[in-house]
Amino acid sequence: MPTVDLAETSLREFNQTLHGLREGTNETEWIVLNPKGQHAVAVGIDAPIRVEIKGSVGYYCAGMNKLATVVVDGSAGPGVAENMMSGTVVVKGDASQYAGATGRGGLLVIEGNASSRCGISMKGIDIVVRGNIGHMSAFMAQSGNLVVLGDAGDALGDSIYEARLFVRGAVKSLGADCIEKEMRPEHVALLEELLEKAGIDGVEPAEFKRYGSARKLYNFNIDNADAY
Amino acid sequence: MVEDSMCGIVGLFLKDKSLEPKLGAMLADMLSRMGDRGPDSAGFAVYGEANAAAAKITVQSAQPRDDFPGLADKLSTAIGAPADIRIKDTHAVLGVPADKLQDARDALVEISPRLRVMGVGEAIEIYKEVGYPTEVSRRFDLQHMTGTHGIGHTRMATESAVTTLGAHPFSTGPDECLVHNGSLSNHNNIRRDLVRDGMRFETENDTEVAAAYLTWRMNQGLNLGEALEKSLDDLDGFYTFVVGTKDGFGVLRDPIACKPAVLAETDQYVAFGSEYRALVNLPGIENARVWEPEPATVYFWEH
Repeated sequence: MPTVDLAETSLREFNQTLHGLREGTNETEWIVLNPKGQHAVAVGIDAPIRVEIKGSVGYYCAGMNKLATVVVDGSAGPGVAENMMSGTVVVKGDASQYAGATGRGGLLVIEGNASSRCGISMKGIDIVVRGNIGHMSAFMAQSGNLVVLGDAGDALGDSIYEARLFVRGAVKSLGADCIEKEMRPEHVALLEELLEKAGIDGVEPAEFKRYGSARKLYNFNIDNADAY
Repeated sequence: MVEDSMCGIVGLFLKDKSLEPKLGAMLADMLSRMGDRGPDSAGFAVYGEANAAAAKITVQSAQPRDDFPGLADKLSTAIGAPADIRIKDTHAVLGVPADKLQDARDALVEISPRLRVMGVGEAIEIYKEVGYPTEVSRRFDLQHMTGTHGIGHTRMATESAVTTLGAHPFSTGPDECLVHNGSLSNHNNIRRDLVRDGMRFETENDTEVAAAYLTWRMNQGLNLGEALEKSLDDLDGFYTFVVGTKDGFGVLRDPIACKPAVLAETDQYVAFGSEYRALVNLPGIENARVWEPEPATVYFWEH
């Protein structure tokens, strides 16, 4: 089990090492010490390995992740798991702005709170937040699922496409074209699966409300022509 | 006009007196960690021990070798009272009796038009200069300064010249200072209103307007926390402000809150950083309460 101390090894060297790993590597368990808020820790991995980071990280941790499991044993700065493709990213603490932005696949779990713009422009990623999320979350979210056990801030799901939003607590306000929708059996099943994947128990899907697109912004409304 | 799209801010407000001898060293480390966010220029304000009988005037000169020798004597003669001077590179801190402060400010204009007043007060000293932040804090020996609280800024200017006067902090009232990451969109209107009410401005900088606005509000009798609440109604644009007064420390982010901010609090201190990176060497940071300040929410501490 390789241990990398970022107080001694340069971040660039460490990330380069990770980029050299491919499926079938024997070095599947990595421990990272002293991240001290550095940017871009464990970005761009493309191998089924597990990287555990002992401490808090700065911008863009685990961005573009493919196949790997990255665990941050601390908090994460802006853009954690940005544009993730697959795999799992777990943040034990809080996440700053635009967590999981533009993510295309995989699972992002935030055990604490996420800040503003969580899941902005998400494109297939699943995001599960145990705490609250900030304003403008899931802005222009295209597909994937956002599950929030706590509350959501202002303008949730503004200009949303086909992503599904599940919120257990209060929603401060909904953004343009985002509405509450009926929880059908398939949504209950989906939510059950997501909660299980995120390792969350003691919470029932029935406690959540579902939000999604009213699909009114999809096409130009001719009645608005005079406004332009 | 300035749009500081990146920039780094640090702030440290001590609760534990035993840390006061180390304030400068702690702040210097925090500032150096934000160097890459603002490599153009840097500045800091340090609140040392307050002395109600004496006023400190921090002045800056582009020609310190011409302006500073003999300055204390000239000032003393002009105000008819004792004056002392501590020279630090391009800056000097003048000490005069508190009741002679305005006389001294008037006299300084006569003595040399090159002298720029960076700040005045019982406790505050302000230093700012063009250059990489570690170099700026070395020139002014921030490392060895002591005090109760301090605020620093590293600037990446995107729309206006890199000059000493364009660097932060801005001080528009006694023992007050403000640093800013962001850009205000209605600063020209606010400046006009404040000028009409008698406020004076040194620059065209938007941040100076925010500082002057808070001074104007506090002159009306509000405390820093209340003045920050009012600014939410009146100031438009992107901002994270960190503000100091003689015994207070405040933080405010605009409602959109694009500009990064992290707060940490322990029994010993409150610390602010644009990023967590700025805070990593503070004592006990591993067990501190660390959080991202909420948008449009005033955070305010007082000694």
